[in-house]
Amino acid sequence: MITLDHYLYLSAILFFIGVFGVLFRRNLIVILMSIELMLNAVNLSFIAFSRYTASMDGHVFAFFVMAVAAAEAGIGLAILVMLFRNRRTVQADDLTLMRD
Amino acid sequence: MESYLWIIPFSPLIGAAINGALAILYSHKEKGPREEIISFIGCAAPLASFVIALMIFIRMIGMDEADRILEQTLFPWIWSGALNIEVAFFVDALSMVMVLVVTCVGTIIHFYSIGYMAKDRGFARYFSYLNLFMFAMLTLVMGKNLPLLFVGWEGVGLCSYLLIGFWYSDIYKAAAGKKAFIVNRIGDFAFLLGIFVVYVATLEHGAGTLDFPALSGLVAAHPEAFRGVATAAGILLFIGACGKSAQIPLYVWLPDAMAGPTPVSALIHAATMVTAGVYMIARLSFLYALSPLAMGVVATVGALTALYAATIGICQRDIKKVLAYSTISQLGYMFMAVGVGAFSAGIFHLMTHAFFKACLFLGAGSVIHALRGEQDMFNMGGLSKYMKLTALTFLIASFAIAGVPPLAGFFSKDEILWSTFTSSLSPGWLPMVLWVVTFIAAGITAFYVFRAVFLTFYGKKRLTAEAEAHVHESPSVMTVPLILLAIGSITAGFLGVPQVLGGSNAFHHFLSPAVGAAEHVTHAVQGAGDSVQAIGAAAHAAKEAAAGGVQLSSYTGEVLSEAGGGSHGGSHGLEILLMVLSVLIGIAGILVAQAMYIRNPTLPESISRRARGLYNLVYGKYFVDEAYRETLVKPGYFLSEKVFFKVIDVWIIDGIVNGFGVMARGFGTVLRLLQTGVVRTYALFILLGILYLIYRMVG
Repeated sequence: MITLDHYLYLSAILFFIGVFGVLFRRNLIVILMSIELMLNAVNLSFIAFSRYTASMDGHVFAFFVMAVAAAEAGIGLAILVMLFRNRRTVQADDLTLMRD
Repeated sequence: MESYLWIIPFSPLIGAAINGALAILYSHKEKGPREEIISFIGCAAPLASFVIALMIFIRMIGMDEADRILEQTLFPWIWSGALNIEVAFFVDALSMVMVLVVTCVGTIIHFYSIGYMAKDRGFARYFSYLNLFMFAMLTLVMGKNLPLLFVGWEGVGLCSYLLIGFWYSDIYKAAAGKKAFIVNRIGDFAFLLGIFVVYVATLEHGAGTLDFPALSGLVAAHPEAFRGVATAAGILLFIGACGKSAQIPLYVWLPDAMAGPTPVSALIHAATMVTAGVYMIARLSFLYALSPLAMGVVATVGALTALYAATIGICQRDIKKVLAYSTISQLGYMFMAVGVGAFSAGIFHLMTHAFFKACLFLGAGSVIHALRGEQDMFNMGGLSKYMKLTALTFLIASFAIAGVPPLAGFFSKDEILWSTFTSSLSPGWLPMVLWVVTFIAAGITAFYVFRAVFLTFYGKKRLTAEAEAHVHESPSVMTVPLILLAIGSITAGFLGVPQVLGGSNAFHHFLSPAVGAAEHVTHAVQGAGDSVQAIGAAAHAAKEAAAGGVQLSSYTGEVLSEAGGGSHGGSHGLEILLMVLSVLIGIAGILVAQAMYIRNPTLPESISRRARGLYNLVYGKYFVDEAYRETLVKPGYFLSEKVFFKVIDVWIIDGIVNGFGVMARGFGTVLRLLQTGVVRTYALFILLGILYLIYRMVG
């Protein structure tokens, strides 16, 4: 029997995989993908809760998150393209403009 | 008619604004605005004030004596708790006299300036300043409350500064302007303190007010309570008057103020502004009357200044400097008059002095104009042949100031001397001493004025070649004002012919609603001496006199003029004797001057050689400027540079400001270590923060 707990554990595992991806990978494309993973982990828990409480609210949030994630991916990739054109790199550690 | 009052001060203000705007508009152009337009605006503005003042005066004469007060409230100025100050104008007999003198002499001098300042690059600026001065002076004499008087007081000070340093590219003239401003500032500080003292005192005795009518009523209601206040406030305000009216020890700015254009010296530094102190004391006569000490100080300082400045006048070479010291000396007479309680005599002398001194200054200006800026009298001489009108008017004004009957100065100066002689100042010997001091000063006055007359207009010609080529009589725009002022110098005195000479002293009578009660109170309080009972009686008399105020004043004039003959210890015989004495000493002064500078021109030099030390002392103006420089100015510089600049400014003020900068930089150095610029580091901090928040929420 698969209970709510199982979904939540899976969601947490996915989320932290995303977090570690953001923290420890250097390639910005991978970081973006990790962020998507985190957002989808959250979606999973929303849906699970929605199913468990028999309410549609979670679905609504999940759709919102998907819309936001799509927009984020679009803008993020556009920024990445511009970055690569200007700096010839997509390595996060090479981009330290905020300090200089 | 009351609703027209505001036009009197505001008409010159509008003139000042228009001419000021023109001066600014043309400041970058090669040629200034047309002089005809400037002088039309500049002269029409004070002339309008004069005409309206005359209309109001005629209206006032027609009124009942007790009701001769006109008021107009324009708008509230300061409304803060118990302190309510309005911009309001107030014209009683005293203000009326002042307004008439200021607008009349002022208008004449404006016309004269057209000739004197012709072709000057700052023509528009000059008329703008001069009109602004008229506005400030009229605000001063018409203001209904002390703060408004103070606004005018500061305003005339500002205009005086602007006009002394009018030719500011000359560093000495600019410095003279600064000196006048700074010395006045010292007096003004005490003046402001005086106003505060008065205000605090009124708060303690009912409503806090600074309006003259309300103040007068309040003081009348609590004469005993206000006696201490009268001394403190009276002396503080008098220090302010010392600055503005050039009395010892703050007179030093006035001789330097002669750096300004001569019509300015005539208007501001002789006829009007410098008399503001006398007006102020007469305006607050109800307060001064309660304090024999303050009155004694005023009278003594006045008498000493009269003699002191007159002696300096003897040795001056610069014709304007002679007149400047003469002004200081004559102001001393006015202060002595108000100090002995003869307020109307002081104002009377103020008026006659405005005419003859303005006439002297404008005459001097005419000479300077003709000689292309020559001011040293030893480079003049024999000018009466070339400048008949100037010489004649100068001579008339000189006779007036020397006190030769029946010219204006004779009546006013004599009234002051007589009032001093019969005053009840304590200690008992003081009136006598003051009389002797100013009696001697009268002789010296006649001497130095006629020294100037003989050196300038008579005797041998000692002109420089350049001056000789240019010497000419001034244009009629300058001589007509001279004639008008000379007529004033002859006739003004007849307004106040004393009873002993068969006159009715109309001037005194006209002023009695404004200051008559205070004159009464002065004699009552001063006559009381030290006995407690007597002081009580005097205070009661004061209360009655002031509370009765206007009703009483209708007969105070008669009471006082009777008293002037009898109750103050003098008699008609004595009065005539003193009068003859003062005429004699005046004539003696004239004759000595004639002997020294006409009949025997080598005499002055041999005298000065024989009394070398004394001559140098007087010629050096007793070295007061030098003494001030050593004792006040130099320590001031030292304190400013070595203490306030080097220690307080550099170390403390700059230290605090720089300290904040250093502190911010220090924090920044530490915090900068956290800024790696690597996105992943920030993400890690965010994660740690979130984990901490979750821990707090769960734990």
